Amino acid sequence: MNRLQVELPGLSLKNPIIPASGCFGFGQEYGQFYDLSKLGAIMIKATTLETRFGNPTPRVAETAAGMLNAIGLQNPGLEHVLAHELPWLEKYDVPIIANVAGTETADYVAVAEAISKAPNVHALELNISCPNVKCGGIQFGTDPKSASDLTAAVKAVSDVPVYVKLSPNVTNIAEIAKAVEAGGADGITMINTLIGMRLHPRTGKPIIANGTGGLSGPAVKPVAIRMVHEVSRNVNIPIIGMGGVATAEDVIDFLSVGASAVAVGTANFVDPFVCPNIIDALPQKLDELGYDKLTDVIGRSHR
Amino acid sequence: MIHQERMKVVRQQQIAEDIFELTLTGQLVLDMKQPGQFVHLRVTDTYEPLLRRPISIASIDHELKEFTMIYRADGRGTKILSEKHLGEVVDVLGPLGHGFPVEEAEPGQTALLVGGGIGVPPLYQLSKELHAKGVRTIHVLGFQSANNVFYEKQFSELDETYIVTADGSQGTKGFVTDLLKGKAPTFDVFYSCGPTPMLSALEQAYPDKKGFLSFEERMGCGIGACFACVCNTTAATDKEYLKICSDGPVFPRGVVKL
Ligand SMILES: Cc1cc2nc3c(=O)[nH]c(=O)nc-3n(C[C@H](O)[C@H](O)[C@H](O)COP(=O)(O)OP(=O)(O)OC[C@H]3O[C@@H](n4cnc5c(N)ncnc54)[C@H](O)[C@@H]3O)c2cc1C
Ligand SMILES: Cc1cc2nc3c(=O)[nH]c(=O)nc-3n(C[C@H](O)[C@H](O)[C@H](O)COP(=O)(O)O)c2cc1C
Ligand code: FES
Repeated sequence: MNRLQVELPGLSLKNPIIPASGCFGFGQEYGQFYDLSKLGAIMIKATTLETRFGNPTPRVAETAAGMLNAIGLQNPGLEHVLAHELPWLEKYDVPIIANVAGTETADYVAVAEAISKAPNVHALELNISCPNVKCGGIQFGTDPKSASDLTAAVKAVSDVPVYVKLSPNVTNIAEIAKAVEAGGADGITMINTLIGMRLHPRTGKPIIANGTGGLSGPAVKPVAIRMVHEVSRNVNIPIIGMGGVATAEDVIDFLSVGASAVAVGTANFVDPFVCPNIIDALPQKLDELGYDKLTDVIGRSHR
Repeated sequence: MIHQERMKVVRQQQIAEDIFELTLTGQLVLDMKQPGQFVHLRVTDTYEPLLRRPISIASIDHELKEFTMIYRADGRGTKILSEKHLGEVVDVLGPLGHGFPVEEAEPGQTALLVGGGIGVPPLYQLSKELHAKGVRTIHVLGFQSANNVFYEKQFSELDETYIVTADGSQGTKGFVTDLLKGKAPTFDVFYSCGPTPMLSALEQAYPDKKGFLSFEERMGCGIGACFACVCNTTAATDKEYLKICSDGPVFPRGVVKL
């Protein structure tokens, strides 16, 4: 028996560890360090219909136990991802979750339809929560009705299950979660980054050229845990939790509040081996806690 | 091949105001192939500070499996680094990026090496390698003030060296470009690392010369995965953008839009 096995819509995960979108490119860089087949799944960088250059630099700024980023969804565009990035990943035994971004419903639908047909794409992650582009989805992510309608439109064309990635930059996250569930979402991924700003100590102006950026890393974990805790009590679809995961203990926390798997973002920059290290540490963590299998931990804070 | 290794401190000393010289030892040194490459350092095992710091490789000793960095300690991460003692370890990711092409200078030719502040260090290994193949070098090194000057002796021992300080407290007063205007040196190829305005001024000053420039940008991953360090390109390349960390940090002149 594989103690770490998790079954989710479209995804048979050999373990719950998934590199988060935008923090792992399309896998090639981290493939230099370890066998990517070791991972539960991979969330690839947001893909848009056309090539996007993204925001001016500086695009990142370090903060206390975290970082701000305003990359601006830079990616080589749908055609390139289909022709090069996804085929390269086929040599690994790992399901791909394609992060889909756009400006209007029509872009999302076009990308979702095409990318869901790629053989190794087992699920979509609808990015309605990027805080770093003027019209890049967050307008969908902060309004329940738009979120629900977009989910339904993408569901209608996708060949694989659709997960919707929620923004923490809302007053009532449970409301958005319920809306995307009603729209037909197969699962929820959360959280995307929290909008923040860091000033240059000398000039008093923002360090990031975009002004604001999205906060990630260990600093955001308490916020993410609280939000997963709340959403898991309000929906019946599975949650992939993220926000500050860097250790096996962090993974246990996310599972405890109701996530079924976790994504690891910023921590990859700090330690390129963080994902395999967490995977290796999980069985012992389960022993310490007295659980047979990982799925026994899911939702234990609610019991 | 990029490795992650906990490397031992062999030597650490202050060599100018806020400037430290740190030598580490480990297997990773064997993969250092080109001057101008860099390493990404994690200075603590805690979350404060969180991110790695990019620092250039200033000299390499393959035999002793040692390499040396020269860095300014003025921020949170570099201050912690400057407190590492003999025998302590530093978490190193590297070697990273593409450095200066030594093969672009032929034996018997002259190379102009221009460095500004913390852009000076990688030029030292470059100069050593150029000399090893019989290339002459002219070093023009710019600093804020006499207190910040480092490695004048090391560079002078290799070849002709000029110091420039912004406040005139040592060498020529002003910017490196001021000295270059006056001296009008003859050379075949130039290599430079320093602040972007300096790189830009050099490109303009020598429109017909072959040259290679090393760029700086704030980084996330340091290995090409996060798109933090992307720069715009000119028509000289068919690439729409380049990543400083993995495509650079050194690029031929005229490729990066300045
Ligand atoms: C390819 C490359 C090679 C470099 N080589 C050297 C070298 O040989 N010697 C040296 O002294 N410095 C070098 N630098 C600059 C060095 O990375 C920064 O001075 C250092 O990261 C600042 O960290 P801190 O802890 O002092 O400052 P903090 O203010 O604590 O830094 C906060 C954040 O901003 C980033 N940051 C701040 N300034 C810079 C900068 N100028 N460039 C990139 N990131 C920055 C830090 O990495 C960190 O993530 C190099 C930079 C690059 C990109
Ligand atoms: C540099 C960077 C780029 C990101 N790019 C994307 C992206 O393209 N699409 C997306 O849905 N989320 C993106 N994110 C958000 C992460 O996937 C994740 O939701 C967030 O960083 C919280 O997790 P962490 O604290 O483990 O990093 C990005 C985050 C960072 C730091
Ligand atoms: S620092 Fe991540 S791509 Fe260059």
